[in-house]
Parts: sequence; structure tokens; C-alpha cells
Amino acid sequence: MASSAPVVDFSKVSLVLANGRPILQELSFEVQRGEILILLGRSGSGKTTALKLINRLLELSTGQLRVEGCATTDWNPIELRRHIGYAIQEVGLFPHYTVARNIALVPSIQNWPREKSEARVRELLRLVGLDAEIASRYPHELSGGQRQRVGVARALAADPPILLMDEPFGALDPLTRADLQREFLSLQQQLGKTVLFVTHDLHEALRLGTRIALLEEGKLISLTSTDEFLRSSEPLVKKYVEAFVTSTGQGERP
Amino acid sequence: MNFWSFVTHNRFEIASLTLEHLWMVALSTLLAIAVGIPLGILITRKRSLHKPVIAVANIIQTVPSLALFGFLLPAPWIGERAGRLAIFALMAYALLPLIRNTYVGITSVDRAIVDAARGMGLTDWQLLYKVELPLAASVILAGIRVALVISIGLATIAAAIGAGGLGELIFRGLAMVNNAVILAGAIPAALMALIADTLLGWLEKRFSPQRTA
Repeated sequence: MASSAPVVDFSKVSLVLANGRPILQELSFEVQRGEILILLGRSGSGKTTALKLINRLLELSTGQLRVEGCATTDWNPIELRRHIGYAIQEVGLFPHYTVARNIALVPSIQNWPREKSEARVRELLRLVGLDAEIASRYPHELSGGQRQRVGVARALAADPPILLMDEPFGALDPLTRADLQREFLSLQQQLGKTVLFVTHDLHEALRLGTRIALLEEGKLISLTSTDEFLRSSEPLVKKYVEAFVTSTGQGERP
Repeated sequence: MNFWSFVTHNRFEIASLTLEHLWMVALSTLLAIAVGIPLGILITRKRSLHKPVIAVANIIQTVPSLALFGFLLPAPWIGERAGRLAIFALMAYALLPLIRNTYVGITSVDRAIVDAARGMGLTDWQLLYKVELPLAASVILAGIRVALVISIGLATIAAAIGAGGLGELIFRGLAMVNNAVILAGAIPAALMALIADTLLGWLEKRFSPQRTA
């Protein structure tokens, strides 16, 4: 596969609910291999919806959405989802599975040999900065930060080339969040995944993103590199930047 | 004749009626599980069926039991034998708690868990048996528990159509105006209900998942 071809390609993608309410309107953008594209916007802007169209948890109404050059509707949805890691804010760990079984879920449904999947669990726990002894615990015995790490490890389990992350660090305290962001960046340097990252936090967007797509009421307002974002003349972008500068109390870059 | 001497003189009959009672209840509950749980799962998948299915199960439940036994008498095959009819009627009564609890158990599994599971590429079938059913197990067991306790009580009425069971002693005692005979039927039935309730309650606890995750 040519490295220049976009990994995910939205082309005039719209989603209209059965009651006629538009959720996404003619969304067009491309995600390049190895980049972290941030989907930024307030709640209800359609960023989570856009993510769910990619792994077909939701179906688009019109337009075309390609993953690895193939329309999502041509993919077998199960194959498509196993090709894409998915981490969400609520984590969604299975409460009746140990950490190890949670992480090994996708390997186990793909019938990996037991030893290979056990080795993968150990490797992933190390990768996300968790002790190996945590493997036998249950999700309710973990802290919020540990759970999020397990969620990320589980998304990475079958080594998918694409990662969808829906505010994966949103529910954490600021210190833990900063830790996880830093670790995620260094992880990404090793792994080079193609990442779509949803957040409403500009600080997080600037810190993690290669490019930022700003969504508002289901429309793409701007798509720029993180540097350009701060200099943009687009009124809504300016509002975001102003609010950000006010909240941090300085004009300095994070 | 007092209670104890009646029981000791008729211990073999009481034991055999108890077994008959147990057999009716067990078979009807197993049939209700075999029908009710799949139906409960079905209505979580086809939400449009939810209302009609629950409505029918509700209506069955509101029919007085004696009347239901009567209605079924002319039914082909089912009405041919009293035992068969009783088991069928008891199954019909047990359906509502089973269907409803299966539905509630599955639909109350955390959305985030279901989304994560689907997002990782679990098939519908894997989602059901790896995630939804284990997490709904305790609620479904609570439904079985209710169904079982209801059936044990209702099965005493089956004696009215000649299906046997402990109801036989109760009806005989009523006819004879003899409390000892009534109690010889009622006490084993009550004990059976208590034991079933305790046993299923214990299972329910064992299967209840840690919901904080």
C-alpha cells in the first residue's frame, strides 16, 4: 500500500437521524498514515459520531468513507473493527474479566495460541506502564488511571494499524492525565499508528496532535496543523484559542 | 387424627406426591427457561417485538390459574392428560418473569461495555455469550427464582384437574374439613418454595458481577 494514500478518507460524509436531525454535514477530510489527527469540538459537535462511522458502530447516510482505500460499507464490519483499535472515555472494560483477559480479548477471538497471547499481554502491560502483577486483577480493583491504561492496552492488543480514541483520558485527574498524555506520545513514537483522537480540550489537542480538525454542529470548521491552529483567523478557532489563553493565563505555547 | 400421626401413617403417599409436585415444577420451569430466555434475547434484538411479547406474557399472568387449567382442557394434545396440561399451564405462568428479566438484564448492561465490545470486533453471537449473558446472569437468575417460587405455589392447584402433586392433599383436606391433611400438603410445598428461593438466591449472588468498572 502506498504510504501517501490516506488511511481514512471522509468524502462529503453526512449522517441524518431518522427524525431528520442532521448530526454530521458533508464532512470531508483525510487522515495520513502515522499522524495523530485531533477531532476537536464541544459536546454535540459530532466528533464521537464521526469516530463511530469509521468502525461502523454507526452507519453514514450519504457520502463515502474509505478506510485503507476501501469504502467502509465494502468492509466486513467485524474485519474492519479488528483492524482498528478503539479506546473510549468510559473504558468499557468487561467487569467479569481479569485485566489479562480484557487485554487478550481480540487475540482470543482471533484464536491466537495461548502462549502468544499471554506474551502479548505482558508486553502490552509493560508498554502502557503497568506492573505485570496487575494482570490477574479485576477492573473494579484498579484506579481510574490504571483502567485507562488497560483500555489503551486492550485497543492495541492485536496491533491494529489504526487507533480511534474517544476522550480516553477525559475522566482522569489533571496529573494522571498529563502522565498518560506523555506516555501516549512516547508510545506513538515507537508504534507509529494512525490515530484519530477526539477531545474537547485544546490543551490536549495541542499537546498530542499532528493536525486539528475543529467540528461545530456537525460541520468541519477548520483543519490545520497544530501550529497553524494558534495563528488561524477563523473566528471560531480564535474563540477557542482566546478561551485557552485566558484559562492558562498566558500567551505561551504549552 | 392429628397432624403428626397423619404424616407418619401416610409418609409414602406424601413423599410420592412431593416428588410428583417437584417433577411438575421442574419440568415446567425448564420448559419456561427454554422458551423464555431466547424470547427475552429476541426482544432485545428486535425492539419492535418487545411490547407485544411482554403484553402477551402479561395477559397470561392475569388469567386466574383455575380458569387457565379449564381453558386448556379442550386443547388438542395438551388437554389429553392432566399432567401434561398442568405442566403447560405452569410453563405459561413462568414465562413473564423469565422474558422480562432476560430483557432487563441484557438491556441494562452498560452501553460503554457493549460499544467497546462491538468496537473491538465481537460478532453479535460473541457479544451475547461473552458479555451480555454473563453480565445479565444474576438478573436472569432472579427471574428463574421468581418463576420457580410462583410455580411451586400454583402447582398445588393442578390437583383440581387431577394432575396430582401436593395440591391433592390440600383439596382432600378441604373436602374432609381436616386441617391435618391440608397441612400435610401445604407444609412440604412451602418448604419446597423456601428451599428453591434460598438456593437460587445464593446462585444469584454468586453470579452478580462487579458493576463498578
